[in-house]
Amino acid sequence: MQEAACMAALQRLQPVSHVAVSGGTHGNEMSGIYLVKHWLREPSALQRDSFSATPFLANPLAIERCVRYVGRDLNRTFTKQFLNSKAAWDEPYEVQRAREINQLYGPKGSAQAFDFLFELHNTTANVGACLIASVQDNLLPMHLCHFIQTHCTLGHYPILLYNLPDQEAYSISSVAKHGLAFELGPQPQGVLRADLLTQMGALVACALDFIDLFNKGTTFPAFETEAYRFIGSVDYPRHPDGELCASVHSKLQDKDFLPLRPGDPIFQTFSGEEILYQGHATIYPVFINEAAYYEKKIAFNKTEKCSLSIPALQRE
Amino acid sequence: MLNEFQQSLKLLNRMTSCSVVLGAPVRRVAIFGGTHGNELSGVFLVKHWQKNGAEIQRSGLQVTPFITNPRAVKKCTRYIDCDLNRVFDPDNLGRKVMEDIPYEVRKAQEINNLFGPKGSDVAYDLIFDLHNTTSNMGGTLILENSGNDFIIQMFHYIKNALAPESCPVFLIEHPNLKYATTRSIAKHPVGVEVGPQPQGVLRADILDKMRKIIKHGLDFVRIFNEGEEFPPCTIEVYRIIEKVDYPRNKNDEIIAIIHPCLQDQDWQPLNKGDPVFLTCDGETIAYEGDSTVYPTFVNEAAYYEKKQAFVKTVKVKLTAKGLRSSSS
Ligand SMILES: [Zn+2]
Ligand SMILES: [Zn+2]
Repeated sequence: MQEAACMAALQRLQPVSHVAVSGGTHGNEMSGIYLVKHWLREPSALQRDSFSATPFLANPLAIERCVRYVGRDLNRTFTKQFLNSKAAWDEPYEVQRAREINQLYGPKGSAQAFDFLFELHNTTANVGACLIASVQDNLLPMHLCHFIQTHCTLGHYPILLYNLPDQEAYSISSVAKHGLAFELGPQPQGVLRADLLTQMGALVACALDFIDLFNKGTTFPAFETEAYRFIGSVDYPRHPDGELCASVHSKLQDKDFLPLRPGDPIFQTFSGEEILYQGHATIYPVFINEAAYYEKKIAFNKTEKCSLSIPALQRE
Repeated sequence: MLNEFQQSLKLLNRMTSCSVVLGAPVRRVAIFGGTHGNELSGVFLVKHWQKNGAEIQRSGLQVTPFITNPRAVKKCTRYIDCDLNRVFDPDNLGRKVMEDIPYEVRKAQEINNLFGPKGSDVAYDLIFDLHNTTSNMGGTLILENSGNDFIIQMFHYIKNALAPESCPVFLIEHPNLKYATTRSIAKHPVGVEVGPQPQGVLRADILDKMRKIIKHGLDFVRIFNEGEEFPPCTIEVYRIIEKVDYPRNKNDEIIAIIHPCLQDQDWQPLNKGDPVFLTCDGETIAYEGDSTVYPTFVNEAAYYEKKQAFVKTVKVKLTAKGLRSSSS
């Protein structure tokens, strides 16, 4: 089988020396903002034998105002279309900021780009501590996820693959050669919870330990794991004028990563009727009732479970 | 035995005129949503009732659902220029309308014209103002004035109707911590604060809790108007005594956050030595006060800018006189 052939060969990648940790890509997701501000004052926590990671605040203006973004969602702005655009007086703040970040930590797709970029996010959905990668093909983040799953004891860490086939990666970490996002919830926008902050700090520490081990020549054996692959989204039921006419059903609320079967309730209208899931197959909803997704017309994202076989990895 | 005692007490109260207050009937009621535009339970309940109001109609009263800060609701933000729920004071309500007047002050004057004027005879009898908090406060009723027998009787009725589910009452009466709320233009102002719910999120369970409070509140008004006599009653309330800010450095940045032992513990006793904050370096800051307090609004998102990590309250008992409508 294809997988077996793939499993056989040990893969080699270059060591990782330039690492950055970004907080505040969304200015009201407080865990990453607070951690990065702390590391900017006391950088020793991000130092390892083989490298030191650089902390930075991605969207200072949004952070100052405690809003997700000022002009447009920064984390949807790292595509060629925006990164290669010419500065214009009337462009959204985030387009200019994306070009700056691309200069500092990219350029995207180039040899000078940073080796690894971490993104720190929060969600109002009950995803726990979720590890988000664009695709499975990038071995280093996949091994990192597996390392976290086996070494970090504070939670269980589902892997989410967000890119659709042939879709250009659009998030901030896509300017570096490798990237991974930590998405922790539930936490309201503008709120700092100690439990999630502790967990996020531990995740970053564990990730940096992994990179250090990799740089020092550790062999990471092949493994199999499960992941959730994004397949689409579901909007809220709405009145003709666009207003919501239902909320997420109380039986679906907080059930991220749990199976949703055809016929299960997904919404309840304000008049008390239930709306059932009409799909044909079991799916795994994530980002259920995320505050920032109302305007994106997403009540929840649909994922399917897949199993991954990842070959062994060592540095060159 | 106790029952018999209560019965004879009730009889006694009926006979002694001074122990039963005759209250004016409550005919005009408003339900406000969206005073803070990102507190979605009230926003969506009010919008729903504007489309289909059967649920909030009661015989003998007129109930008006109303969105108070439509621009903030549209933007899904707490406010546009300033907090609408702090500007119903004589100064702001009397301000001349100029070009540069904050949106919320202009809006407050409009609302005062529609449902007030504050302190006048023609003001609405009762306003429910619907709010959400990110704090774990459950379904909380907010009382502005410890001497309002009508509202204490109503809260007593609502608490009984919701039991065994708890329904804390928060008394914001204080010489300098009380603020000029939107609902304060009514003769009887009632705040409804339900959490935890993130800003910009609508949770079915929280919506349901708020809906039940309003149902029982309106039922009480109907029964009162119909002439039912309510015997004297006593409720336990949490009275505000102090606001507590986050520890900050000289640049005014927060250097410690709510301790996990205090997070989500609204209305639970806080004693000397209990953890309150956790610093970036992992140190615990403990509560130093000598007497037990009951924190609430613990880690409310909107209060970071107001420099408030939580509010200290103390438990007190309030007694209302017997009550009957003057028209029956
Ligand atoms: Zn985010
Ligand atoms: Zn509010």
